[in-house]
Amino acid sequence: MDTMTILALSLETAIGPIAAVYVLAAIGLNMHFGYTGLLNFGQVGFMLVGAYGVAISVTTFGLPLSVGFVISLGCSAVLALLLGIPTLRLRSDYLAISTIAVAEVLRLVYRAEFARPVTGGVYGRNSFADAFYAANPVPAGSYGVGDVDFDADQLWLTLICWGLVALGVAMTALLMHSPWGRVIKGIREDEDAVRSLGKDAFTYKLQSLVFGGVFGGLAGAMIALNQQNIHPDQFMPQVTFYLWAMLLLGGVGTLWGPVVGPMIMWFLLTLFDETLRSIASTDVLPFLATSDSGPLRHALVGVVLMLLIIYRPQGIVGNRKEMLVNVK
Amino acid sequence: MRTRLVTVLLALIAATLAIPGPVAADTQGGASLFGQIRQPGDDDAGVQDIGITVSQDGEQVGEATTDSDGNWEVELPDPGGYHVVLDEESVPDDYDVMQVPAGAERDVEVREDQRFAVVYRLAPAGQGQAPASPGESESDGAEETGDADGSGSADGDGEGGVDAPAAPEGSGMTGEVVSLTLAGLLFGLIIAISSVGLSLIFGTTRLINFAHGDMVTFGAIMAMIFSGTSALTSLHEPFRDVPGLSMLTNPFVVATVLAVACGGLLGGLLERFLWRPLRRRNVAMIQMFIVSIGIALLLRHLLLVVFDANRQKYVQFRIQDMIEWGPIAVTPRDLSIMVVSVLVLVLVASMLQFTRIGKAMRAVSDNRDLAESSGIDVGRVTVYVWVLGGSLSALGGVFLGLNQSVYWQMGFHLLLLMFAAVILGGLGTAYGAMVGGLAIGLIAQLSTLWFSPQLMNVWALLIMIVVLLVRPQGILGRRERVG
Repeated sequence: MDTMTILALSLETAIGPIAAVYVLAAIGLNMHFGYTGLLNFGQVGFMLVGAYGVAISVTTFGLPLSVGFVISLGCSAVLALLLGIPTLRLRSDYLAISTIAVAEVLRLVYRAEFARPVTGGVYGRNSFADAFYAANPVPAGSYGVGDVDFDADQLWLTLICWGLVALGVAMTALLMHSPWGRVIKGIREDEDAVRSLGKDAFTYKLQSLVFGGVFGGLAGAMIALNQQNIHPDQFMPQVTFYLWAMLLLGGVGTLWGPVVGPMIMWFLLTLFDETLRSIASTDVLPFLATSDSGPLRHALVGVVLMLLIIYRPQGIVGNRKEMLVNVK
Repeated sequence: MRTRLVTVLLALIAATLAIPGPVAADTQGGASLFGQIRQPGDDDAGVQDIGITVSQDGEQVGEATTDSDGNWEVELPDPGGYHVVLDEESVPDDYDVMQVPAGAERDVEVREDQRFAVVYRLAPAGQGQAPASPGESESDGAEETGDADGSGSADGDGEGGVDAPAAPEGSGMTGEVVSLTLAGLLFGLIIAISSVGLSLIFGTTRLINFAHGDMVTFGAIMAMIFSGTSALTSLHEPFRDVPGLSMLTNPFVVATVLAVACGGLLGGLLERFLWRPLRRRNVAMIQMFIVSIGIALLLRHLLLVVFDANRQKYVQFRIQDMIEWGPIAVTPRDLSIMVVSVLVLVLVASMLQFTRIGKAMRAVSDNRDLAESSGIDVGRVTVYVWVLGGSLSALGGVFLGLNQSVYWQMGFHLLLLMFAAVILGGLGTAYGAMVGGLAIGLIAQLSTLWFSPQLMNVWALLIMIVVLLVRPQGILGRRERVG
């Protein structure tokens, strides 16, 4: 495979729906961690309930897709409340571990045998997105420049995803320039000071958790629409870790960080993967098997994470002051 | 307060034991194996007429062919181990059976009344080894199918739980409780050994080490690699007939020692060349978490490249007969794991209690600044803590691999249970991790008396969350201002 094709493929991933989905989830995580200082290591749990909210409503209960979407968002809001009410009063590392545990509990429950009639167990759910693609107003055909191209369905999904991203960025910007945003940032800097001003820090944190969680759920719902089949094991804890990597790459506590980060990360991931694969197929490096490219790119994410923290903790668009998040 | 909570916890365990067992037993009819074979790339369409045979001890017990939707099911006479073979001749020429993480032949362990899903995946011909396309969400990559696979009700195996040893025939409720308690103790000891380091590391450096699970895997895989080398086998040869030395020079024993040393080395190197420089730069705690996640990803996937996605068992200890004392039945392998674990835990505890370095570790763990100002070389103590943590987690990994099987995500699957153990016992205290580990192991195993074994980890994690809410400092932790 030649360099141009690889670059085009990488670019396609970076502007495609998958990157957009991760941007949505990262916007939520940025609200949690970047602005409020909450250590949420269970964002994938919100994505899971979001994805299954759509899938279960449509396949198990035969509801229309739009209702499924509303249910998705409702489920993630409820999850945020369930998580937040007991844990937000505790020290932040407890929230970290309980969010990761809750996300994992959810995954195990959704894939369990007894839940199979509702969730499809390990097989998950499929064929629930037909209504979405049936509503596609884009005429059939191929759209794009050169090697970067999408077919009509992909384009429709991509437009919707990036539309939601625009909505998310706009909402974040408005919220953060409001008095509410100032309190939220204050909580990140010094919770006691905020409390001494008579603000109920707990309620603000809970609101932030719900807001970010709903964006996580939205991301999950879009994953469901994109893949048209979901199963519990794609919501492993490492998805959250990837989100963290992307958010840090872009810049924590900034408006555009969660947008830039996932795009660059997906670009790099695809680039690395395809390059390794084409090297492996040419037998230049005999010890490198084609199947190793998957694991190696995950290892690369690990290296990128470490190098970032060591050399540019504020991320690509971040500013250093914002990054010195005060986590006690 | 502390004694009261311990009492309450014990009472809870006792109460759950007293509830009659069959209440929530799985009632789905007899044991069976089932699955659905789908066309690659089109999950709506199954592949018809693929033959599957199931045998036990070389005798065929059943066979099935997939129907038009790709579904197949084989009824089993009773629980036990079965060998499942997919007839590769019957697979249409357009497809290959994916060899990752397991090929057409599988060994499965079926519990009573369990419907066990055996997942076979097909790939377009010639791509049986290829990972999924990069355009999909990353968790969809080929290596993740390791988890989807062998799953279904087999979760005890797939999610880092131990398979409870089968209760002796006709022993009923008591026998089951005894055997599950044993399995729980065993599992708990393994968790305890692995998580002492996690807890000490948190205590001395305030770092939640997300890479600890992968250090466990590292130990198990190192032991696997060493025990397979011919050097160790030839070392064993001259001593084969000498009673004491034969045991000591057994390739597996030597490999374990080497693996533990490697684990310690890994821990020490990480502290010396990564964490210490980072602390010097005043990197904030949260960034440290992220770095540890980075290490975890790096280590885990490098191990995957080295070791492949297959599950393997240590050759030296494959099948053993049960030793029976009354209702207690245990394999010599599991018994020795338990004995060695208890010994190691006692050793670690006495080291912490009586030696200078142990006391220093506890002091640093208690209050880093105070320890430093009273003349303890905190940097040196931290290195020791990392070495100790690394070697203990490697030992835990070897034991876990011995009890179940070695695969690249084994430690990662154990990580959450280790967190649960550490938090349950009290963050930062070594003894807490021991108590917490045992409690988690017992809870996980005993929950299978009434609930699906798929959910055993769920109960452990839920108990952890509940404990966090009631007593954030854990069972043995000291109260401090939280919030």
